[in-house]
Amino acid sequence: MATEAEPRTPRAGRAAIGRPHLRVDRWWLGPAVTAAGLLAFVVYSTWRAFANADYYAAPYVSPFYSPCLAENCVDMQNGPNVALFGDWWGLSPALIFLALPLGFRLTCYYYRKAYYRSFWASPPACAVAEPHRSYSGETRFPLILNNSHRYFFYAASVIAVILTYDTLLTFRDSDYEWGHMGLGTLLFLLNIVLVWAYTLSCHSCRHIMGGRLKSFSRNPVRYRLWTWVSRLNSRHMALAWASLLSLAASDLYVYLLATDVFSDPRLF
Amino acid sequence: MSTVERQSWDVVIVGAGGAGLRAAIEARELGLRTAVVCKSLFGKAHTVMAEGGIAAAMGNVNSGDGWQVHFRDTLRGGKFLNHWRMAELHAQEAPDRVWELETWGALFDRTADGRISQRNFGGHEYPRLAHVGDRTGLELIRTLQQRIVALQQEDKRETGDYESRLKVFQECTVTRVLKADGAGSADPVAGVFCYRRESGTFFVIDAPAVVLATGGIGKSFKVTSNSWEYTGDGHALALLAGAPLVNMEFVQFHPTGMVWPPSVKGILVTESVRGDGGVLRNSEGRRFMFDYIPDVFRAQYASDEAEADGWYDDPDNNRRPPELLPRDEVARAINAEVKAGRGSPHGGVFLDISSRLPAAEIVRRLPSMHHQFKQLADVDITAEPMEVGPTCHYVMGGVDVDPDTAAATGVPGLFAAGEVAGGMHGSNRLGGNSLSDLLVFGRRAGLHAARYAAALAGPDRPAAGPAQIDTAADEAVRPFQPPRTEAGGEAAEEPEKPENPYAVHQDLQQVMNDLVGIIRREPEMSRALTHLAELRRRAARAGVEGHRQYNPGWHLALDLRNMLLVSECVALAARERTESRGGHTRDDHPGMDRTWRRVNLLCRLREPGTDEDAEDAEQTEHAGQVRLERRALPAIRADLLALFDDEELAKYLTDEEVKDR
Amino acid sequence: MSQTASTGYDAHLRVWRGDAESGDLTDFTVEVNEGEVVLDVIHRLQATQAPDLAVRWNCKAGKCGSCSAEINGRPRLLCMTRMSVFAPEDTLTITPLRTFPVVRDLVTDVEFNYTKAREIPSFVPPEGVEPGEYRMRQEDVERSQEFRKCIECFLCQDVCHVVRDHEENKQAFAGPRFLMRMAELDMHPLDEADRQGLDRGRAVQEEHGLGLCNITKCCTEVCPESIRITDNALIPMKERAADRRYDPLVWLGSKIRRRGRND
Repeated sequence: MATEAEPRTPRAGRAAIGRPHLRVDRWWLGPAVTAAGLLAFVVYSTWRAFANADYYAAPYVSPFYSPCLAENCVDMQNGPNVALFGDWWGLSPALIFLALPLGFRLTCYYYRKAYYRSFWASPPACAVAEPHRSYSGETRFPLILNNSHRYFFYAASVIAVILTYDTLLTFRDSDYEWGHMGLGTLLFLLNIVLVWAYTLSCHSCRHIMGGRLKSFSRNPVRYRLWTWVSRLNSRHMALAWASLLSLAASDLYVYLLATDVFSDPRLF
Repeated sequence: MSTVERQSWDVVIVGAGGAGLRAAIEARELGLRTAVVCKSLFGKAHTVMAEGGIAAAMGNVNSGDGWQVHFRDTLRGGKFLNHWRMAELHAQEAPDRVWELETWGALFDRTADGRISQRNFGGHEYPRLAHVGDRTGLELIRTLQQRIVALQQEDKRETGDYESRLKVFQECTVTRVLKADGAGSADPVAGVFCYRRESGTFFVIDAPAVVLATGGIGKSFKVTSNSWEYTGDGHALALLAGAPLVNMEFVQFHPTGMVWPPSVKGILVTESVRGDGGVLRNSEGRRFMFDYIPDVFRAQYASDEAEADGWYDDPDNNRRPPELLPRDEVARAINAEVKAGRGSPHGGVFLDISSRLPAAEIVRRLPSMHHQFKQLADVDITAEPMEVGPTCHYVMGGVDVDPDTAAATGVPGLFAAGEVAGGMHGSNRLGGNSLSDLLVFGRRAGLHAARYAAALAGPDRPAAGPAQIDTAADEAVRPFQPPRTEAGGEAAEEPEKPENPYAVHQDLQQVMNDLVGIIRREPEMSRALTHLAELRRRAARAGVEGHRQYNPGWHLALDLRNMLLVSECVALAARERTESRGGHTRDDHPGMDRTWRRVNLLCRLREPGTDEDAEDAEQTEHAGQVRLERRALPAIRADLLALFDDEELAKYLTDEEVKDR
Repeated sequence: MSQTASTGYDAHLRVWRGDAESGDLTDFTVEVNEGEVVLDVIHRLQATQAPDLAVRWNCKAGKCGSCSAEINGRPRLLCMTRMSVFAPEDTLTITPLRTFPVVRDLVTDVEFNYTKAREIPSFVPPEGVEPGEYRMRQEDVERSQEFRKCIECFLCQDVCHVVRDHEENKQAFAGPRFLMRMAELDMHPLDEADRQGLDRGRAVQEEHGLGLCNITKCCTEVCPESIRITDNALIPMKERAADRRYDPLVWLGSKIRRRGRND
C-alpha cells in the first residue's frame, strides 16, 4: 500500500447512481404547465395570424395586426395602416410584422429558459438528466442568434409605441368620435401597460439603461433608471406571461366583436 | 513503513485560515517556496464564520480614533494581561493590513465619502470595525484565497506550474512537527508529518520553518461556536515539539450564541446585533446589563436607558450602552440572569433588534443573522427577539511567542500566529480584534519564518531521521489496531471492546462544558482532571472500522490526542489561577487580584523520567501529560502606560508598579 | 442536558455508500429530534451505526459551504436542510454531488472548481492608487458584493446541466460560480483589467464558456445564499459579451481596426 509514491484515488468515476434523477417531488409539473401554456398561445396565434380576417372592430385593432403594412389591410380610420408593402402581398398582413414581437419573445431570457426546459428538456428540471447526447448551448447557429435580443428589444419598443397609439384610438366610439370608452378600452389599457412593463423589464433594457456601466456614482440618472428597471426585471417572468395573456385576450376581444358574438359594452 | 513520500519546501504553514494564508502570502512574496497544509478544503477555514468585522483604527467614521486608543481598548478588554508589545504592534499595523486587502480586491462596506465604513463593537471606544454586512470573515478568507491564486498565476507564467512556489495541500492533517535528530527539546524544526484525509496516505514535508496557524480549541466544549476543525491541533503540536503554551486558562465564552433548537445550540449570533442597537432583556423585560457594569468600566458606560440610547446618534455626549461591555462581562451577566430564574424559555435571554431598527434596515445590516434564524429556528428577527446564551468561542491562550517575530519560545524554526498564539489578547479578546490579529501576526509570522528559512541554505537545513517518521506513522495507524488491554495490565479474559471515538469525544465535551466552563470552582476542576485522565486511557483504546480512505472515525480518533492535551492545560491552568479575570471566572475567587496580573501561567509537556518532573508531579498532585510554570509578565513600556490615567491604572496594577512608573 | 424523546421519531434514510469503483444506496433507520437538520442525523448515524461514513462538513452554520450533497435528488447543504421539511414517514435519499468524481460515500473530489478558479484572471489593482487611498461608493460596490457572498459550496456547479450531463464540457466551461467571478471582477469599480490588455466581457464568452450557458437558472434555484446568479451575473455578462461580439457596428469597427494593425 505504501510502496507507490502517491497512490491517489482514481479520479475518473462519478458515484454510480444509475437513475437519471432521484427527485421525488412533482418536478415535471412546472415544465408541463409552461409547455401547455406556450403551445396554447402558439396554436391560437397561428390561427389568428393566418386568418387574415376579423381583426378590426372600430375603434379596436387587434395587436396582432398592428401595424398593418400591406395594401390588403382593412381600412382603419386613423389606424395603423401604412401600406409599405404593395398589393403584391397576398398573405395575411399580420405575418409581415409579427416576426418582430415573436423574435423579441423568442430571444427573451425568460422565454429561453422556458422553452429550453419545457420543449427541449435541456434540462427538463434542475438535477434531472437531459436526454441529449451532446450539448453546445448557445455557441452555434441557430441558438447563437439569441444574442441578438437587444435588437429585438429596440424593435419591440417601436411596436409598443404603435400599440400605445392603438390604445389611444380606443378612446373613440365606433363612429370615431373622441372622448368615449368601452370595456375594450380598459382591456387595451391593461394590455399596453403590461406590454410596456414586459418590454422595459427586459434584461437588455436593464443593460442599456445602466447595467453596462462600471461606475454608477458618476451616472446618477442612469443608476436611478437601472434601479427602477432592475425592480421591474425581477418580475420579468410574471410580466412575460401576463402580457402574453393580455395580447391574446385583446385579440380575442376584437375577434368576438368583429364576428358579432357580442357588442362592446360602452362606458360612456 | 519507511517509504513515506517526502517533499521539500522552505516554509510550511499549518492551517489555511486568515493567519495561515496571510503568512503564506508573505513568505511567498519574499521568494520562498511555501506550502500550506489544511484540514478542510481551501477557503473553508473557520475564519469564514467571523461576522462583525476587522478592528483597525483608520478613523474613517470618527477621526478621533488612532492606534493609541485602539491599544488602550485592547488592554482594557484583556484586563491588562495582554503582552503590551503584541497589543502595540497589533494596533499600529492593523490599518495597513486592512488597506492592503483592498489592493487584492476586497470590497468592504463604504462610508458616504467612499472610504471603508467602520462599525461599533463591544469594548471599542470608536466605530472601528471594517466590515462587509455580517460576513466579514468570508470576505477576508476569499480575498486572501484569491490573492494566493493570483500569486500562483504569476508562478504559472514564470515557471509553467501553478504550484511551483506556493502550494495548498488541502484536506491534509499534520500530526507531528518533526525536529532535527539531536539532543533534546531545543532542536530546530525539520518539517511536518501529515496524512491526506482523502486517501489516508502519509507524507512528510521537509522544511526548516513551520508556522502554526491552526486556530482554536472550541471542539473540546459541548456548546461552542467553533467548527470541527477546532481541535487544538496547533496547540498540541507545539507542546509535543517542546514549546510552552501561555494563558490557557482564558477561554472566551461569547455572550450570544443560539440556544434553540438543540442542534444549533452554540452557533454564533454576531456582536454586531448589539453594535447596531440590539438590547438584552430578561424574562421580566428588563435591560439587565445596567445591573452588571463593573467598577473598572463604570466611567465609560451609560447608567440609564436614555443615555445609552442617545449614544448611537451622539457618542460624544453620551456614554456607551452596557450591552457593549467586553464579552466576558456580558457572558457572565447572561449566565447570572439565567441562574436567577429570569431566563428565556430555552435557557437564554432575549436579544432584541426588532424593536430598535426598521425591518429593512435589519435585513440590510445583518443579512446572515436574519437568514440563520429564519432557516434554523423559524424566528424572524425583524419581528421578534432572539434567544441567546453564552457559547465557547475563542481561546485567548496559545503558543507562547516572541511578540515581534511570532517565533515560538524554545523551538527554533517554529512560529505561531492567530488564535493558536497566546499573549495578544490577555485575559479576554475584544470583538473584531481577532481578524486584525490574524492579519498583523500572520504577516509577521510569514515574514520571520521566511527570513529564518532563507538563512538556512542547503546543508545547514535540519533533517528528521527515519526513526521519527516511523514513530509518527505508527502513532497515526494505531486506531486501526487499538491495544486490547490497558498498558501494563494483565491480559483480560475477555478482550475489552475498542472505544468508540465519537463517544469519547462527546464525554470530553461534556466534562469541559460542565466542569471547566464559564464559571469555575476548584473541586470541579480537580474532578475534570481526573476525568481527563480516564478519557485519555479510553482514547488510547479508541478503535475504528474500515480503511484509511476518508474515514472520519479515524480522523476523530487522531484528533482526540490533541483535544485531551489542550483540555488538560486549560483545566490545570484554570485551577491554578485563584482569581477571576476576563475569560476566567472563579466562583471561589470572584475578585480580580492585582498580584495575579503579573503572572503568566505556562503549560509544558512533562518529560517523565526527569527529576524536575517527578518533583513537579509530587508538588502539584498532578501526574498528567503537562505541567505548569509561572512567569512574570513583562512591564508595560512607560509611554504606553501614560495613555491611561492613574486612577484607572490603580485598579489593575499593584501599588509598587504604579509607584515605579 | 436531557434531550426528550417526546418530539423525536425514527427516520428512514437511504445513503449512498461506495467509492469510485462501485457503490449503492444503503438503508438506515436513525433517530431524529426536534429542530434538527439533515447533518445532525448524518452525524448520529456516524456516531452510532456507521463510524466510517464519509461526509465533508465544517461550520454547520451554512457559512462555509462544505457539506454539499443531494437530498432526494436536489443539491442542498446538509446543514441548512431542516428535517422538518420532510414528513416523518418520508424516506430521505442522500447522495454525493453527481457532477464530480466521488471519493467516498458523500464526499466528492471538487478539484474541478479549484482548477477553474485559477483560470480566472485576478483583480488588477488601479495604477498609482496607494493602499488606503481607495475610494469607492457603496452603490458601486454593491453589485460585486452580492457575488462575494458566495460560500463556494459548488451546488451551482453541481446542478448546472452543462457539465452535470455532459462531462466533455468541463474543459470549456467554467461553471456558474466562476462565470459569476468574472462578473464580479468586471463590475469591480477599480479593476483595471484593460490595463493588462484583458477584456473580461470578451474573455468570459470566448475562454470561459459563457455561450454554453442557456440561462435555465438552476444555479440560482439551488444557491443557499440566494445570490441571483443568472439575472445579476450571467445575463449581464451575456449582454456585455453581446456589446463586443454581436453588436454589428462594434464588430465592424474592431475588424477595421484589426486590419489596420495587421497592415
